[in-house]
This record gives sequence, structure tokens and C-alpha cells, in this order.
Amino acid sequence: MDRFRMIFQYFQSNSESVMNGICGLLALASVKMYTSFDFSCPCLPRYNMAYGLGIMFIPPIALFFCGLILNRQSLVMLEEWRRPQGRRKKDAAVIRYMCSSIMQRAMVAPIVWIVVTLLDGKCLICAFSGSVDPEKFVGFANASLGQVQQLLARVPCKDDELMRNNTSRKAVSRYLRCWSQALGWSILLILIVAAFLARWLRPCFNQVALLQARHWSNYIDIEQKIFEETCCEHSRLFAHKCILHFFESMQEEIKLHSFNLPREGEGAEGEEDLLRGITDQDQMNKLLKMWYYEKPPLDVNQVTQR
Amino acid sequence: MDKFRMIFQFLQSNQESFMNGICGIMALASAQMYSAFDFNCPCLPRYNLAYGLGILLVPPIILFLLGFVLNNNISMLAEEWRRPRGQRGKDPAVLRYMFCSMAQRAMIAPVVWVSVTLLDGKCITCAFCTSVPVETLGNASNPSLSQGEMKRVLARIPCKEIYDGQELIANEVAIRYLRCISQALGWCFVLLMTTLAFLVRSLRPCFTQAAFLKSRYWSHYIDIERKLFDETCAEHAKSFAKVYIQQFFEGMSTDIAAAHCHPPRKTPVDVGEAAEKLLGITDQGTMNTALKSWHRSKPPLHLHLPALPSANGWAGEGQPPTHPPAPRKETATYYSRV
Repeated sequence: MDRFRMIFQYFQSNSESVMNGICGLLALASVKMYTSFDFSCPCLPRYNMAYGLGIMFIPPIALFFCGLILNRQSLVMLEEWRRPQGRRKKDAAVIRYMCSSIMQRAMVAPIVWIVVTLLDGKCLICAFSGSVDPEKFVGFANASLGQVQQLLARVPCKDDELMRNNTSRKAVSRYLRCWSQALGWSILLILIVAAFLARWLRPCFNQVALLQARHWSNYIDIEQKIFEETCCEHSRLFAHKCILHFFESMQEEIKLHSFNLPREGEGAEGEEDLLRGITDQDQMNKLLKMWYYEKPPLDVNQVTQR
Repeated sequence: MDKFRMIFQFLQSNQESFMNGICGIMALASAQMYSAFDFNCPCLPRYNLAYGLGILLVPPIILFLLGFVLNNNISMLAEEWRRPRGQRGKDPAVLRYMFCSMAQRAMIAPVVWVSVTLLDGKCITCAFCTSVPVETLGNASNPSLSQGEMKRVLARIPCKEIYDGQELIANEVAIRYLRCISQALGWCFVLLMTTLAFLVRSLRPCFTQAAFLKSRYWSHYIDIERKLFDETCAEHAKSFAKVYIQQFFEGMSTDIAAAHCHPPRKTPVDVGEAAEKLLGITDQGTMNTALKSWHRSKPPLHLHLPALPSANGWAGEGQPPTHPPAPRKETATYYSRV
């Protein structure tokens, strides 16, 4: 019993740290995915914007869903939200607390992706190279309207034959990258300040309600885990009894129908208990056949008359 | 017993995490396999499509089937599906639950392969290079090329060294275009799969929670019951073998004593247990005879229980008792549900 208690305590204290760990792993995975992804701007007038913004926003949505899926607590929260009231009232504050903690953890990986994308700059250069003002750059100021769009669209592709020796290409690239990095750092700063304020100012507002909500959300989580473990233990005992009864009933049938002399039960008592009256190849085969063709019903009430 | 219970619970609670681990390893293996695979586009008009789509679609099917093969619950599902009804009803919800959970895990490695393939871009570039819109991206107005010729030139786009259609359409432009399409498809596929997975997981508690709890319990139960039955049979086989072999040796010893007209040896009292364990066989020749007869003529699988008055206790002796007729239902009162 002592060991069980230790294991339960371990689960309880580590549920939050397990979730934090998963959140951290997902953030690292998102950085790794970005660095291993081979960004390849199409350098065509309308495709650039779609590609650039797509790479910036679609993976974060997928990462957000992944964060929700991998978090076990999201299922617990949904179950608590949708269960019928029954004899236990539902507390909206607890559900809100669980929801907000799940969302916060799930948002980390998408934000990491967006920030890394902006700090790297390739996406924004690809998406907005066609939108810069060509008058500002010497190399593009003299081109005709149709041509300038084509040329600007090719700016992200360094090795393109038209762009290889164009000095204004580097100027446009640097300009867009500067904007991109400024945006990235600003977003990072705003988020960190917001997180800092939220943590610091939280105790000023409604600390009691927060403590209650946190306690009951932990409770619901643990209750769910213990219920699953109890079900496992129960099904194990159920199976054990079912199988024992099956062997005993086979033993009864054999006693009724066999022509062996009644045993006096001396000698290897222990061994024969384990043998459960089955001492013959055919008896064993019959037992195995019965087990397959006619599994006993799931009912361990003993109503045999011995 | 306590230790057994704890270990069992650990295994049971960790069966799912064990399967999740295998699933993760297969996903990593699939990504590694793709990067180790040497993609080699044939650069010929009809072969490109077949090769590209083949590499995109055939390995995922293989990985999906492999996911089922590596899952040891598949035999449990098959057994439960095919067993005769007997005295225990079959619940289709339980079978569906088992199948769904196995299929979900088996889907992960194929999805990873398809995503990695699309995000890399080589397959789509190879498969669809003949369908590049030359009018918008290049110069389609070249009259000297027939349709077939043009297809042959376009088919060489993925093979930069032998590409000779720079005037028709620049190689980099075509590759960038195809790659962009491929990566867009890849990310949309990833988004679609994660959305589906999210919906499947989150809609369940909203609709069928009670039925789900029931199916999950009974599917775990079937698994545990199978394992326990195997354990019980193994225990039984061990005891059976022990008693059986003991009787065989006793029979040998009696037989040899009778054949050599020796009175059964009286072990001196002080030798004790060790002598008993020898079971009457005390020289090389006797042992060899025992081993030879064990191999050449094993006695039938029928234990002689201690109270039976048997003089010659071995080989080919009594026939097993006549089989009891098919069990009469009225004696099996155990089975009735009150």
C-alpha cells in the first residue's frame, strides 16, 4: 500500500511538470522543424505572398493543434465540461482555469515558430518583396510597371539569372529583413512583458478563487487517473476469478464423468491443487477447446452446488 | 503477490505508453528512411509520374501494414473477432474500439512519410514536371517543338545536368514553381491531419463518453484475461511435467529392479534426500536406458494419481479414460446467471 501511495504522489506532483516538459519539447521541435525546412520562395508575382504568409501562419496552427492533442489535460477538461451534472455540481471557474492553462501551454510552440520566422526574415522577404516602393531603389526605379513587378518578385532568389548581379536586390533584401527582425523582436518583447505582468499582478486579483480553481482542477485530474488504475486492478481480479471458475467447472465435469477411483488426496497435495484435476492430454485439449468455443459468461457469482 | 500486482499494473498502464513509444520510433524511422533514400528521377515522359507517385504512395502503405504487424494486440483482436459466440456474447463496440486504436497508431508513420515527401518536393517535381504551365512561366511560342518533343524536354527538368530546354523554360523557375506547389500541399496535408486528429480526440467526450469507457474497460479486460490464462496454463504445464517425469523415473526404477531380479534397494536411512532424488537410477547403463526409452517411446500423457494401485508404472500402460460425453448443460450450473 505504501508503494502505491508513493506512486500516486509522484503522479500528482509531476502532472504539471510532465505537461511543461511536453510544451518545451514541442517548442524545440518547432525550431528544429523550421531549420530543417528548406524554404524555397517561388519568385513569381502572386505566388510569393501566398507562400510567404502560408509558411508563416499554417505551421503554427498545426503546432497549436498538436499542443492540444498531446496535452492529456485537454481531454480531462472536455470530459468535465460535457458530463451530465448528476449529483456533482459543475464549477465554471475550474473549467475556465483548466482551459486557460491548456491554451497557454499550447500557444508556446506556435509563438516560437512565428518569432523564429520573423527573426530569420526569409518569409517576409518572400511575401513582401513585390510590395516595396521601387522608387526608393536605384536598380528598380527605371523599369516599366509590368517589368518592375517581375523583377521585385525575383528579389528573394539570389541565384536567379536576372538578379545575380543586381545591387539593388541586396538593398531590398536588407530593407525587408530589417523590418522583419524589428517586428520579431517587438512581438517577443510584448509577449514577455505581458507574461511578466500577468504573473506579478495575478495575486492582486482574486487569489482565493485561483487557489480553489487550481486545487479542484488537480483533483479532477488525479481522480481520473485513479479511476483508470482501479479499473485495471478490477479487471485483473475479475479475469483471475473467471479463469479459476472455468478450471473448477472443468474439474467438476471430469469428476462427474470420469471412471477414476476417488482420490484420497495424499502425496503431492500442492502439485495437484495446481493441476486442478486436469491430468490428461485429452482433458487439457478439451479445456482449451472449451475456452475457445465457449468462453464462460462474464459473471463471477458463485451459484454452483458442489 | 503484491509485487506481481504492482508490476502488472505498471505494465497495463504502460501498455499504451509502450505502444505510443513504438509508434514514435516508427515515425522517426520513416523520416530517417526518407532522408537515407537516394531519390533518382528517371527523367523520361511517362516514367516520371509513375516513379514520383510510387515513391509518394507505396512506402506509406507498407509502413501502415508494418504498424499493424508490430502491434501485438492484432492477434488479440483477430481472436476475439473470430471466436464462436459460446456462452459469452460479443460486443461489436469493443472490437471497433480495439481496431480504431490500432489503426490510429498505425497511421502515424505513413502520415510522416507523406508529409516529409511533400515538404521536400522532389517527388512532386519529378511526377509533375511535364505539366508545368509553360505559357505563363516560359516561352511557349517556340514552333519547332512538337507536343511529344516538348514533353520529353520538360521531363528532364529534375535532371539539371541533361536539361536542354533553357529557351523553353528556365530550369530554376520550373523547379521553384513545382517545389512551391509541393510544399504548399505538404503543409496543407499536415494541417488537415492535425485538425482531424484534434477533432477525433475532442469530439469523443462530447458524444459517446459512456460507451467509450465501457469499450475501453472490456478491451483491457480481454487482454488481461488472455495473459492470465496463458500464465495459468504455463503453471499447469510445469506441474504436469514435474509429476509426470517423477512418475517416469519411478517407473523406470521399478522396471529395472524387476528385470534384474534385485529387490528394491533400501536406501540407508542416513543418506536421506539425495538418494531419494536419484529415483533408483545409480549407474551409467541404467541412465542410458532411461534416456533411450524417454526418446523412443514416451508414455502417454496420462498421470497416474497416487491412490491407483499400479504395479508397472510406465510406457504403454493404461489407456486414458474414455472421454466424457459432451458436457450436459444442466450440470454446468456455474454458468447460469441468477
